[in-house]
Amino acid sequence: MVVGDMTEQTDLVVIGGGPGGYSAAVRAGQLGIKTILIDQEAVLGGVCLREGCIPSKALLHVAEVIGLSQQATAYGVNFAPPQIDLGKLRSWKGDMISKLSQGILSMCKSNKVDVITGQARFLNERTLHVNCEGENSRQIKFKRAIIATGSSIIKTPAFFKDPQDQNSKRILDSRSALQVPEVPGRLLVVGGGYIGLELGSVYAALGSEITVIEMTDGLLPGVDRDLVKPLANHLNNIFKNIFLNTKVLSIEDSGEGIVCSYQQVGQQETTKEKFDYALIAIGRKPNTDDLGLENTSIELDNTGFIKIDEFCCSTDKKIMAIGDVTGPPMLAHRAMRQGHVAAEVVAGMSSAFDNLAIPTVVYTEPEIAWCGWTEGEARAKGYSIEVAKMPWSASGRAMTLGEPNGLTKIIYDPKTMLVKGVGVAGVRAGGLIAEAMLAIEIGLVVEDLVRTIHPHPSLSETIGEAATAAMNRKARQQKEQSIA
Amino acid sequence: MPFEFKLPDLGEGIREAEILAVKIAEGQMIAEDAPLFEVETDKAVVEIPSPVAGKVIKIYVKAGQIVPVGTVMVSIEESSSKTASIPSTNSTESQTITKTTTYPPSPSGEKSKASFVGEVIATPATRQLARELKIDIHLVHGTGPSGKISKEDLLAYADQQNKFKATGMPESAASSKPAGEGNKDGSDYTLLDFEKFGPIERIPMRSVRRKTAQLMSLSWSKIPHVTHCDEANITELEKLRHKHGATMQEKGGRLTLTAFIVKAVTLALQKFPEFNSSFDENTEEIILKHYYNIGLAVATDRGLIVPVIRDTDKKSILELAIDINGIVDKTRSGKIELEDLQGGTFTVTNIGAIGGTSATPIINYPEAAILATMQAKEKPIVRNGKIEISLVMPLSLGFDHRLTDGAQAANFVQLIVKMLEEPSSLVPTL
Repeated sequence: MVVGDMTEQTDLVVIGGGPGGYSAAVRAGQLGIKTILIDQEAVLGGVCLREGCIPSKALLHVAEVIGLSQQATAYGVNFAPPQIDLGKLRSWKGDMISKLSQGILSMCKSNKVDVITGQARFLNERTLHVNCEGENSRQIKFKRAIIATGSSIIKTPAFFKDPQDQNSKRILDSRSALQVPEVPGRLLVVGGGYIGLELGSVYAALGSEITVIEMTDGLLPGVDRDLVKPLANHLNNIFKNIFLNTKVLSIEDSGEGIVCSYQQVGQQETTKEKFDYALIAIGRKPNTDDLGLENTSIELDNTGFIKIDEFCCSTDKKIMAIGDVTGPPMLAHRAMRQGHVAAEVVAGMSSAFDNLAIPTVVYTEPEIAWCGWTEGEARAKGYSIEVAKMPWSASGRAMTLGEPNGLTKIIYDPKTMLVKGVGVAGVRAGGLIAEAMLAIEIGLVVEDLVRTIHPHPSLSETIGEAATAAMNRKARQQKEQSIA
Repeated sequence: MPFEFKLPDLGEGIREAEILAVKIAEGQMIAEDAPLFEVETDKAVVEIPSPVAGKVIKIYVKAGQIVPVGTVMVSIEESSSKTASIPSTNSTESQTITKTTTYPPSPSGEKSKASFVGEVIATPATRQLARELKIDIHLVHGTGPSGKISKEDLLAYADQQNKFKATGMPESAASSKPAGEGNKDGSDYTLLDFEKFGPIERIPMRSVRRKTAQLMSLSWSKIPHVTHCDEANITELEKLRHKHGATMQEKGGRLTLTAFIVKAVTLALQKFPEFNSSFDENTEEIILKHYYNIGLAVATDRGLIVPVIRDTDKKSILELAIDINGIVDKTRSGKIELEDLQGGTFTVTNIGAIGGTSATPIINYPEAAILATMQAKEKPIVRNGKIEISLVMPLSLGFDHRLTDGAQAANFVQLIVKMLEEPSSLVPTL
């Protein structure tokens, strides 16, 4: 031990102050457990608050406002082109983050959670060493620990002939893109996943010309194609180019801009194109380095995530793990629920992460949201399912919003009529998924959705309508059977 | 973390097992597949092998104990250090709490364990309550739509389990219930306090006895039974049997009367399919079975067990004789496998060895009928105006009057009688 190190004891230490970590710490505090929360940043909230969900949604709101002002022309309301004050936009966003972060801190305090800023590392299965900048380092002896260190952006050095170019200001990642350093004229987005498309939409609204390069044959790989279609149609209008089945070979900073060479999969021909900036959004990896995991008996799975069971316990019985560091889907709300489970398990409660579904929302315009089984996955697994759809072109509310491009679909088990999955594409789809989540978690059958009154006119009616379509189909099938 | 071995799901509706023998000791090193326990379920004695190799850390159960499915029986420190990655079918099946987790699919195509079959339907709060009550929710019967489990279902199950724990008996066998609360079957009675009249002894109803009690009550309360009695003159049959007996013995079979009866029954079932059926009350349909699996009631030390001879229509009498001998031996020695007790379509019970002139056998639910053959005795028979001494075997057929009527039953039994009386008709099937 270094002379001057402080050693303290606690029941629970939570490493990482993101949504998972602070949820765990606050819940533990509520349950009367002596808890210390450690984050390497002074601003609590993790990637989600500082450089992820919250700032991106703020910017997407701006994009929506701009988009709506442009669409308004269609119904006879004309606005002048927007004048964008980037400084003000940034400070609006910054204020929001600091306010929310303050809120997290005061929530920790009111639940008697000690918050430490520093870098934590396991010395052994009972002890953490915390390096606090500008202070003496501390040692914490704990009874239980929860790892909630999250994930970070995957770097792609292979793209760059000159490694220096990686650090060029013209190369953005999801973190720096959210700072909105400027509005580039031509922005290349590498990766057609939700981060690339959300940020691409923001920059398109701010005035950039967007080119997306995606390696697979469609945007948002893994999502049902019929849900992606309304978004793909819209993005085809607001983006300059979307290249699917296309591989980035190299990216160079020429000093005046970015030169990207790319190639269609299976083709010989290489295209070189100039951009002002490039945003690389190809995925995230778990933060497990520099944690001293080698000093514990924690095991990682073969993709590098910490292995946990349904009680969020790792293979080291004193140490638990939650959130992105434990695997996909890397979503804040999954981490938060796991955080509650982990804290309750520490408190001796018999909680478990037994959730049947985790919702996902892509906050593009239109939004895409889904939960439970996707049609694609259920079919790939060979489950007998049926799918009932309600196109939004028949929804009064969608029309009054000027957004008739959308789809609501219910994936159900025709035998039990249980709701197995719901997918929604369309404006404000994210808000509709909550009803679907409840239906799946509490085991509703399709008929329950039909017999529940949905407000008229509202987008939630599309769930009731899709459910009605399913029931009508069932009635037809029964009739055919009885005739046969 | 040591591997915790839990009593695995042993098949069709079996919820607990009695431990007959513990075959390991704490501290012992064991190989994978080494026998851990011998347990007796309602239906059979089975040996449970170890899914892992390693050192026995702790044994949580002892011989004589009845344990529900999912009970941790032993913890084993595995030889290899890869504790978390043993997807042996038994271990995953038996890790009751693990099974409640069904990770939802993720957009990135994460492997999911969820399966529509056997998935629990219950609200999150009910699932939590199940864990608090230490109940494997998979074992709870849901009374809601599509089998949804309510809080009440859970509490009812917990109540039943508690009674089970307190008495070592399931609720139906636990007698001390306050008057007026009603019994499991909805009736409302309490037993007299017999001790007022003299000394008594209480013996727990266990395994086979208990299962028999449950099944017989079920059958008797559900099925309107009719018993039809007849007689067969088996003088000729016995001659034939003894004539062929020696050759059969050379071929390794003991040509028992039962083999002939099973064959005759099978042939009769093919003519009268309603006796090889089941009644589906839910759909109001008669399910005709186009396969012939004859159950044989076998008295054992542990009670009545009914092993099944499969595909009796496809087997010669000799083959049947060999099968019957094998399966009866296995049953009597307690070595019968669970699958040998399942899938019967009709049952034959032969009480003849002991005696009796007629019986009213109870149908092996949900079959349609059961044939009891009684002791064959020499009797005076009047034929063509003369009295002859013949070997006569009484037959009693119990049948489900919902499925068929007395006339068919009489014809069905007559056909069997005819085949037994004129065994030449059976000879081609020897």
